[in-house]
Amino acid sequence: MEKYTFKDFKSDQEVRWCPGCGDHAVLAALQRAMPRVSEILGYKKERYVVVSGIGCSSRLPYYMDTYGFHSIHGRATAVSTGIKVANPELSVWQACGDGDALAIGGNHFIHAVRRNIDINIILFNNRIYGLTKGQYSPTSKFGAITKTSPYGTVEHPFNPGSLVLGAKGTFFARGLDTELKLNEEIMVAAAVHNGTSVMEMLTNCVIFNDGAHAEIADRAYREDRTIVLRHGEKMIFGRNRDKGLVLDGLKLKVVTIGEKGITEDDILTHDAHSDNIGIHMMLADMKYPEYPVALGVIRDVNDITYDAAVRMQVEQVTEKSKIHCVDDLLHSGSIWEVK
Amino acid sequence: MQHKVIDTKDVVIRFAGDSGDGMQLTGSLFADMSAIYGNELSTFPDFPAEIRAPHGTLSGVSGFQVHIGSGHITTPGDLCDLLVAMNPAALKTNARWLKRTAMVLIDGDAFDEEGLAKAGFSEDPIRELHIEDRTVIVAPITRLTEESLKDSGMDIKTIHKCKNMFTLGMACFIYSRPLEYACRYLEKKFHRKHPEMIAPNEKVLKDGYNYAANIQAIPNTYTVEPAHMAKGFYRNITGNQATAWGFLAASEKSGRPLFCGSYPITPATAILEELAIHKSLGAKTLQAEDEIAGICTAIGAAYAGDLAVTTTSGPGLSLKSEALGLAVMTELPLVIVDVQRAGPSTGIPTKTEQTDLNQVLYGRNGECPIAVIAAHSPANCFDTAFNASKLALEHMMPVIMLSEGFLGNGSEPWKIPSMKDYPEIRPPFATQEDIPFKPFMRNPDTMVRKWGLPGQKDFEHRVGGLEKNHDGVLSSDPLNHEMMVRERAEKVARLADVIPPLEVIGNKSGRLLVVGWGGTYGHIYTAVMQSLAGGKDVGYVHFDYINPLPKNTAEVFGAFDRILVCELNSGQFASYLRGLLPQFTYLQCNKVQGQPFLVQEIVSAIDNVL
Repeated sequence: MEKYTFKDFKSDQEVRWCPGCGDHAVLAALQRAMPRVSEILGYKKERYVVVSGIGCSSRLPYYMDTYGFHSIHGRATAVSTGIKVANPELSVWQACGDGDALAIGGNHFIHAVRRNIDINIILFNNRIYGLTKGQYSPTSKFGAITKTSPYGTVEHPFNPGSLVLGAKGTFFARGLDTELKLNEEIMVAAAVHNGTSVMEMLTNCVIFNDGAHAEIADRAYREDRTIVLRHGEKMIFGRNRDKGLVLDGLKLKVVTIGEKGITEDDILTHDAHSDNIGIHMMLADMKYPEYPVALGVIRDVNDITYDAAVRMQVEQVTEKSKIHCVDDLLHSGSIWEVK
Repeated sequence: MQHKVIDTKDVVIRFAGDSGDGMQLTGSLFADMSAIYGNELSTFPDFPAEIRAPHGTLSGVSGFQVHIGSGHITTPGDLCDLLVAMNPAALKTNARWLKRTAMVLIDGDAFDEEGLAKAGFSEDPIRELHIEDRTVIVAPITRLTEESLKDSGMDIKTIHKCKNMFTLGMACFIYSRPLEYACRYLEKKFHRKHPEMIAPNEKVLKDGYNYAANIQAIPNTYTVEPAHMAKGFYRNITGNQATAWGFLAASEKSGRPLFCGSYPITPATAILEELAIHKSLGAKTLQAEDEIAGICTAIGAAYAGDLAVTTTSGPGLSLKSEALGLAVMTELPLVIVDVQRAGPSTGIPTKTEQTDLNQVLYGRNGECPIAVIAAHSPANCFDTAFNASKLALEHMMPVIMLSEGFLGNGSEPWKIPSMKDYPEIRPPFATQEDIPFKPFMRNPDTMVRKWGLPGQKDFEHRVGGLEKNHDGVLSSDPLNHEMMVRERAEKVARLADVIPPLEVIGNKSGRLLVVGWGGTYGHIYTAVMQSLAGGKDVGYVHFDYINPLPKNTAEVFGAFDRILVCELNSGQFASYLRGLLPQFTYLQCNKVQGQPFLVQEIVSAIDNVL
């Protein structure tokens, strides 16, 4: 088996994103994740297909030296679905933005998750329309001032994680553009997972929404305002690793270890493989300032995938059927002979 | 009364009743029996959009017309010889289809005060409809069915569902159809899921037959001898079924697995349903979340190497427009089926029309030509779907196949072909010689690019909606764009090198050329034959290939003084021809009523010119 490095996945195309754009880092993480995925799953390079819709982040396929399909606005999920059903051997990756996947492509997005088709969706969330130069998106915060909301938006944003889990998604993870290592780890986990893997990548848009996630992303307080979840590990966070999450009745609560008799044993342990979607929903929904924002793999459970089910049905029906070629079909059912 | 048995060449029977009365089944059964008996035939289901419209109302009337004959039958017939009307509403909406010599068979029990009021009759319906001169047979069908099944132990609702078998029995007597075919069919239909329904249905059927024989009210009965059909095996097939099977055939001949991504829409849904059955032939069907996903999943499947298909009707095609452009731009093989219905917007979903021609030719942004071919009869949908797939796969392009509600739902007997008579389909796969792979390098003769399949080493490339150069690299260079626009158009235009030339039916030159396309073939053909028999100087060409036109089109047109374009729209094909071949003058014969032509309408149009 050939051993790949990130260079094998870099195309010869000039990367045209703005300097400082969060997309650069996500691209770098993907180019680093793919050799790892190949190592773990034994994929040759030609098995990778990167699909995208329209928007800044959707330029990504041109920068990957893999098979690529830059489709139309909102429809990447449908194109990916067709590719995967046609050839389940392919490792299908999709790059899409918050406007692309959740506004114009919202329908395809939720249905892909519902079907649990085995594709890996990287959702670049910068809470703005960048390529059309600064209009609000379905993830823009209530009141966001943009070119199409000069007095502030009057609509509530989607939380992509809630959408995915609401559609009974089997994999949801959240990354942050500058967390290269974590993003790579998330991407590898997404590839290993069978089913629709949604990776929300919180990205910054330096031009139209600078500081999109600054309130949690700034180095000065990132560790206090985010929590990195890992399966089997305690839900502990903070610069001093002294804060944690506990269940308080039916709600999550932030506590400080060492205060009010709280010990590490009281802190919840993350179970990404639990069937119970409720706790995952609560974790995905956590917002600053009440909670730290959850990063890492929040949910990763097994279920039958759409592409495998399609293939299985074809095999089962073929085994039972008496029709194995078109001539058989033409002579099946009610026919008569003119002599 | 003196009973006569009259041998006739052809008859048209129209079954009409409430949408829950089982008229579609009765009609298809009569058609199937006649096919097995050896008649040629053509059928025309004419039903409302509502699944169960209010009982007994005019809007809820469902009809099924079948034309059987001992000679060549190409249409479901204009007017009928027998109208079966299960209630007053059915009589009212269908009386206009009666021949002057027609017989009317009605269920007298349904003609009570309530039924008459629902249909808006104030007095004697026969007089009100001015059909006193027709032979009207009033039979108490509901009561007789109840009587027939009174010992069956079935509840009254189920018993009433067997009324249609009573009428079918009567129709079988009138047209000398042996009941054994119907019985065999009932056994086949019910033996798996409802074996308990076989005996009661057969009993009612036989009672209906015997009742008709005994009442002495039916003046004449008729025989329609078997037609002289070519030897071989036959089956009945609807256009939608034939379309689905044509794709399966193309999949077999190309070795590419079939993928169909579609969203349910009348009247195209049956294609998706049919393909969903045939997983044993490797067909993968994806019922998408919307029309756009239907075509986009198909485009994805095409990129991955499948024979990709999406099926829809006019409103669905509107939704797919942007993605059609993507298929043109990425130069991927894809077949889009549009089973046309009456529009615009939701229009009249269950009624037929040819009004999407402009949409398929022009309805996209940018310079975006697409190959368009049209089916001309239900069975011909098989060859059309096959040919559309062959063109798409071998020329790396989307191809639109036009069908019509009339073809999709209509059926005809079909001499079963053998797959060995169909050509292989050979897509232009990229080979080792094409490395380094440049996805948009073209064959200079056909302008066709190579197909590099994901999963294969060294063909990594990117496609997409943005303009590119031959190497597959993004380019907004003005001259490159213009060149690519020209090349994509030229690729479609050069299909003319591989499509068959027009064949003129009737006179090869002379005073009038009748022109048609799509599902009007049977009606126009019959009309032209009648006109020729009446001594008119007329020829006829029917276009299966619409974009591009066959190469000999101008030559054929030039041999006639005048050209009459007949189509079920306001003149879309005529306008298209005017644009491409402006040297000729085009007369028009148009109808936009959601109904097929009547033969008589075309005969009159020909008479008006000559």
